[in-house]
Amino acid sequence: MTRSLHTRTTWTPRSTETAVHALLRAIVEPGFFADGAVQTAAALGGVVAVVAGLIGVFTVIRSQAFAGHALSDIGSAGGSSAYLVGLAPLWGFVGISVLAAAAMERIGVQRARGRDVATGIVLGVGFALASLFLYLGMTYHNGSGEIPTILFGSVFTLSAAELPLVIGLGAVALLVALTLYRPLLLASVSPELAAARGVRVRLVGAAYLLALAITVALCDLTIGAILSTALLVGPAAAALRLTSRPHRAALLAAAISLACTWLGLLLAWDSFYWPPLRHGWPVSFFIVTLVLIVYLAAGALARGRRLRG
Amino acid sequence: MSDQPLTTLAQSAPVSAGCGGGEENVLELAGVTVELGGRRILDDVAFSLRAGELTGLIGSNGAGKTTLIRVILGLLAPTAGSVTVSGPDARHSVGYVPQKFMLDPDLPVRARDLVALGIDGHRLGVPRPSRERRERVERMLDAVGAGKFADARIGRLSGGEQQRVLIAHALINQPRLLLLDEPLANLDLRSAREVVDLLARIAREQRIAVMISAHEMNALLPVMDRVVYLADGRAACGRAEDVVRADVLSRLYGHRVEVIHAAGRVLVVAGEGDDAEPSHPHHLDPEEH
Ligand SMILES: Nc1ncnc2c1ncn2[C@@H]1O[C@H](COP(=O)(O)OP(=O)(O)OP(=O)(O)O)[C@@H](O)[C@H]1O
Ligand SMILES: [Mg+2]
Repeated sequence: MTRSLHTRTTWTPRSTETAVHALLRAIVEPGFFADGAVQTAAALGGVVAVVAGLIGVFTVIRSQAFAGHALSDIGSAGGSSAYLVGLAPLWGFVGISVLAAAAMERIGVQRARGRDVATGIVLGVGFALASLFLYLGMTYHNGSGEIPTILFGSVFTLSAAELPLVIGLGAVALLVALTLYRPLLLASVSPELAAARGVRVRLVGAAYLLALAITVALCDLTIGAILSTALLVGPAAAALRLTSRPHRAALLAAAISLACTWLGLLLAWDSFYWPPLRHGWPVSFFIVTLVLIVYLAAGALARGRRLRG
Repeated sequence: MSDQPLTTLAQSAPVSAGCGGGEENVLELAGVTVELGGRRILDDVAFSLRAGELTGLIGSNGAGKTTLIRVILGLLAPTAGSVTVSGPDARHSVGYVPQKFMLDPDLPVRARDLVALGIDGHRLGVPRPSRERRERVERMLDAVGAGKFADARIGRLSGGEQQRVLIAHALINQPRLLLLDEPLANLDLRSAREVVDLLARIAREQRIAVMISAHEMNALLPVMDRVVYLADGRAACGRAEDVVRADVLSRLYGHRVEVIHAAGRVLVVAGEGDDAEPSHPHHLDPEEH
């Protein structure tokens, strides 16, 4: 601490500042931090990223990535039906996702053998509904602008008015996960051990599924129904490669997810000046690509660590 | 064959005396009967366990060992009969090591995390780390000889190492009763010996009633105070030398059984002739272990 303070006095502040600024200007196109849409996107995307990272760790531990993916794909049915009746897509995402989670729970998503079957059935029904609503939406509203937004997300088009609801839903998901942290972890290691200690394994699993459904709906909103699993599972899987402690994995996953989201926003903003000029590439593409890169890097890092001993 | 006389015989046999009451009873089962899917899995099972003693729960595959343990844990309600765990807070005074334990090698839970979950894994909220808690986990890990691999992910440990961690998980809250379902099944002779010695020491030093299920009793013979022998859902209990006898086991099985002592080992084999039941030959396969 004292050393770094000491060395600081030898710096030449002026020249460093200009160098940093020049670098920043090269990376960050002008207006990035001042733009209202960017600020909203950064806030919404940030909240969702943190929730996704934390919840995602349990999704991976409990091998429910497929269920998470199904919930998000079904989300497109919710988003498109909300669009059809003129509601905000988030309500559609949350509504259908929670309903689908309840259906999976009923069919038996918590039994190891029933899991894929339950998920598959709900996924099939969800896709059928989604294709219907998307079709109806296109016919009645005479346009297709909303469809790519539902499927692939577009965090820059969100309004600041959605922020309170997003924060509220995120808080509910986190509260469930934090409250159930220990029993959930124990039940994930061995349902048998947890039950013998008086944990109501089924109830804990169902509550977790609710938190997962909410989280998936939030991801649907920011990066789209098709890609939201990547944000849910990617950072968590990367974190689990790097640490063997559950709470560290959760915090690390949240950090990775947040970094990828914000960097993705930045790159998308920059891409406005890339070909095709003045269009900008989709944010979700950048976020998901960054997540993939981090995941691969984490794998390489873990392998390197193991080789060294 | 008629059930009634056999049950009565098994219970009225002198060996039952060894399972009777005592001041230090930690667990008492009376008339426990379990029916699942229309089949009677346990039939009028009665015995008790005392503090400081190690009991073997012996029976072949499908004899009902796991079912009996699930009844004691309160995970399965018996069709008839009663299970009494003495003392306050019965549920949390029973430690349990399950039979099947398949773990994902990537599960981000270290051995010491699982042992810590033994303290308060059933409670809501996130754990508050403290030095006292860490030291308690450390002591427990050392006590079962798991200190060396305390920081490894549990899914990457060998079967014997996992067994030790699970025992630590079950013991850290100082239960009065410790139930282990086939803890020796995946262990080589040496590891099995080590685990058995460890459990016997724990029973005596900490005055815990320990019950170990096994389908092969030889590994337990040197340390076992008593045996609960299950066959076709019926139980005989007492000291090993009183229960593992041709006459007692023949009554239990309902057909002739020989008990052979050879090279310090005991083999239970189907007897010649008589009314040996071809429907249960696997119960008596001495090669099985
Ligand atoms: N839920 C159930 N429904 C119907 N039958 C059951 C159920 N659970 C167990 N059984 C039957 O009860 C019998 C006893 O099973 P249990 O698992 O208690 O045997 P075990 O002695 O532990 O055998 P193993 O040595 O193979 O572990 C078996 O025949 C099994 O098929
Ligand atoms: Mg069993």
